Amino acid sequence: MTLLLAALALLLGGGIIVLATSRPHRDWSWLAAGVVVVAAIVGGIPAVQVLAGGTVSTLHWPWAVPFGQFALGLDPLSAWFLLPTLLLSALAAIYGAGYGKSGAEPRSLGPVWFFYCLLVLSMVLVVLARNAILFLFAWELMAVASYFLVTVEHERPEVRQAGWIYLAATQVGTAFLLALFLLLARQTGSMDFTVWAARGIPAGGWAAVLFVLAAIGLGTKAGFMPLHGWLPEAHPAAPSHVSALMSGVMIKTGIYGFLRVLTFLRTPPLWWGWTFIGIGMTSGVLGVLWALAQHDLKRLLAYHSIENIGIIALGMGVGMIGWSTGSAPLMVLGFGGALLHVLNHSLFKGLLFLAAGAVLQQTGEHDLDRLGGLLRRMPWTGTAFLIGAAAICGLPPLNGFISEFLIFLGALRGVALAPGAVAVSLLAVVAGLGLIGGLAVACFTKAFGVVFLGTPRSESARTAAEVGPAMIGPMLILAAACILVGLLAPLAVATLPRVLTNLTGLPTAAIHGGLAGAVGPLLAVVTASVVLLVILGLLMLWRRRLLSRQVVATGTTWGCGYAQPTPRMQYTASSFAQPLLSWTSAVLGGRRQLTAPNGYFPAAASLHTQTPDPLHPDLYRPALDRIGAGLARQRWLQPAAVQLCILYIALALLALLIWKFG
Amino acid sequence: MKLLTLIPPAAAMLLAPLLFGVINRTKAWLAGRQGRPLLQSYFDLWKLLHKGAVYSATTSWIFRAAPMTALAALLTASLLMPFGHVAAPLEFPADFLLFIGLLGLARFATVLAALDTGSSFEGMGASREVFFSALAEPVLLLALATLVRQAQAGGPGSLAAVFQRLTTRVHWLHDGPILALVVSALLVVLLAENARVPVDDPQTHLELTMIHEVMVLDHSGPDLAFIVYGTALKLWLLAALVVGMVLPPVRAIWLNMLLATVGMGVTAVAVGVVESVMARLRLALVPQLLVGAGALAAAAFLLGLA
Repeated sequence: MTLLLAALALLLGGGIIVLATSRPHRDWSWLAAGVVVVAAIVGGIPAVQVLAGGTVSTLHWPWAVPFGQFALGLDPLSAWFLLPTLLLSALAAIYGAGYGKSGAEPRSLGPVWFFYCLLVLSMVLVVLARNAILFLFAWELMAVASYFLVTVEHERPEVRQAGWIYLAATQVGTAFLLALFLLLARQTGSMDFTVWAARGIPAGGWAAVLFVLAAIGLGTKAGFMPLHGWLPEAHPAAPSHVSALMSGVMIKTGIYGFLRVLTFLRTPPLWWGWTFIGIGMTSGVLGVLWALAQHDLKRLLAYHSIENIGIIALGMGVGMIGWSTGSAPLMVLGFGGALLHVLNHSLFKGLLFLAAGAVLQQTGEHDLDRLGGLLRRMPWTGTAFLIGAAAICGLPPLNGFISEFLIFLGALRGVALAPGAVAVSLLAVVAGLGLIGGLAVACFTKAFGVVFLGTPRSESARTAAEVGPAMIGPMLILAAACILVGLLAPLAVATLPRVLTNLTGLPTAAIHGGLAGAVGPLLAVVTASVVLLVILGLLMLWRRRLLSRQVVATGTTWGCGYAQPTPRMQYTASSFAQPLLSWTSAVLGGRRQLTAPNGYFPAAASLHTQTPDPLHPDLYRPALDRIGAGLARQRWLQPAAVQLCILYIALALLALLIWKFG
Repeated sequence: MKLLTLIPPAAAMLLAPLLFGVINRTKAWLAGRQGRPLLQSYFDLWKLLHKGAVYSATTSWIFRAAPMTALAALLTASLLMPFGHVAAPLEFPADFLLFIGLLGLARFATVLAALDTGSSFEGMGASREVFFSALAEPVLLLALATLVRQAQAGGPGSLAAVFQRLTTRVHWLHDGPILALVVSALLVVLLAENARVPVDDPQTHLELTMIHEVMVLDHSGPDLAFIVYGTALKLWLLAALVVGMVLPPVRAIWLNMLLATVGMGVTAVAVGVVESVMARLRLALVPQLLVGAGALAAAAFLLGLA
């Protein structure tokens, strides 16, 4: 715990120093990044210890806030979320230092690094907090810090707009969270997580209310559909290393919070699991479909975060169904798969955002259809993106396959053994995961193919060059981690039992029994992966031998005899996605403006397509407008003069004093 | 690992190109032609392996690595598929998930290679390939999940276990409709995944062939040989899936092998007959065909619940 406090102090101190000493012409980025890296190493040690079987440590300090207590705890569940948070924070910080300034305006990076340190600090606090007030404090700190990071390029109006949407969404989520915590406190008479976990809320009326509040309040942060509206706005607006951090780990604090609440709520009824399967299917399938419709690389990745949150929700749904039907293997495999996917997603999504940022820095292009051929110009970035893309599609032998495999195993077990309705719901999980995987392949072949393959579609893509080693390094480390978790899958799964005991309260024997069904298959999967790599190596050698005796020529791409292909003749991102999008347009909607070629010598023709998200925050606009109009009528209460404001405050204080001492 | 388990992958690797020969002969026979030799695919492969290669100046290392990656994935997949009630070398619960994942990896590589050429023609094929396979994958999973439920192997069994229990324990009169539905769904997946009529026309390289052959237009020499051989393997493996779940086991191994080989031949003939008697569907109808197959598999599952 001392080490964790040291890490927190480092982050706070480092942030303040960088803020205080920053000047526009002086760059303290490397100092700030160094502080984050050191803090991550210092904080990572206890997390690894706890996961490896060390004792769970807690800390209680009195705190002047009413009902508050500075109570921290590091149990395996916290450690599981803490580790990727620290890893990705450190790597993104190194990358950010290499990235330098973003945007056109010359600006001091001091505030950016201050809020970066604050964001990391608050995420660490969120997973460590053992008191509701402290949790809410950290939660709000996280929201505010990330808001200022989203709006770094505040001179652009769309960035300010994205910032507002994000801030509003996160505050609405917090409101539900507040209600949740107040209800829990009323039921148990305490604000302490340990008390809540020890007493527990019995199944029944209140538990259902608490479940719904938690699903909405925490689901807003996680990005469950239809509460995801802020995500595709905020992620593209933020600097890329911040997007990586927000998408890779910050939205997972919603998942963490929900799992923590589950430990208070005891055995869930069946409909909770079904609700999560519903959320997972909607978020997963619609998330990937909208991702496919995007023209902006970072927005595409943001929608993919929703898809992956959907996969995590599917795993949690399987786990909850196992919980309510009393099937330990289902529970272990479902929750285990979800937890592993949390880790995996932080690795590959962090990697993909970093690579997208590198592309953005080198080309300045947001539009996919103005990129192309970057693999030759940015070989390291391109290769790293390729590995991340294959991993996020859930393809063997990478890590995404492993976590989805666990969820599949759990769902299939239920499909084989469970009675009627439960089996059907789990069959939906199996088919849904398959569909999501297939669509993800469509989406990432599009993203990688259009950005990195073929020929450049614009001058800026033609002149792009590889980024510096400080940016390549973190990407390669994450890519290596994707491969390693895939190839060392049984080891990764071996760290899960302590987390699962922590989460489910099942006896260790039951958890090992449940995981035993997965260890054998995973070993076989790893064997197959090694065989795959060996075969690939042999084929390479054979191909080289075959070609060494033959003529290898270079020509142009076959164009039915046409020998002067231009970049404009390539298939574009829009055309690649068109068949799928028009087939699903009943669900997706989408606008198209077509000026068709006309006459024998058509001069101008154009086609604009756009697939706006019908669940965009604008969906809530009518309701919000009405609330706003209603509140405007009470505006006379709000004085324009500062003096009156101060009078209000003084009166309120006076009233409180009278109430307290009177 | 028993030596016997080497038979399924060996059979797949040796006999897969023969399926093309059988299909072609069937089509020729129905059209009243003589047709090319049964072993023509082997000759073609041999010829391609000993040719040079031409690469487009547009392409990167992805284009060169993709055929090898795809073939490596499919060769690994052949280590998972049992044949003639002999288990494959890699047999473990829910091994079919890895099988599907490897097919996905092969597709991923092929599609990227197509996009690497910068040709709109190949991009078009790639776009269709990912669309249709995204729909075919859930159908395959639905069908296999139904089989897992029917086999009642106490959890997600391996393919070999599922086949074994299905063909021996299932009461044909009672469960016949379920299996018939699953078989028809799987046959649709087989045709779609292998780019055969009515989903795609493998006849030529150009206008008629809208998906698979379009994607591999720019490959030549050994690369093309890898791709053609991989296509044959994929056809063999998916056909082995259908045959495995239908053919009941007999005592002697050699008889099982013979029966399974005959079953593969019959499947190939069926593909040839389908190709001779109907035309390719309009592309817009293909998704409906696949969704229909998914509905069949789901209906089979519900029937099995009752």
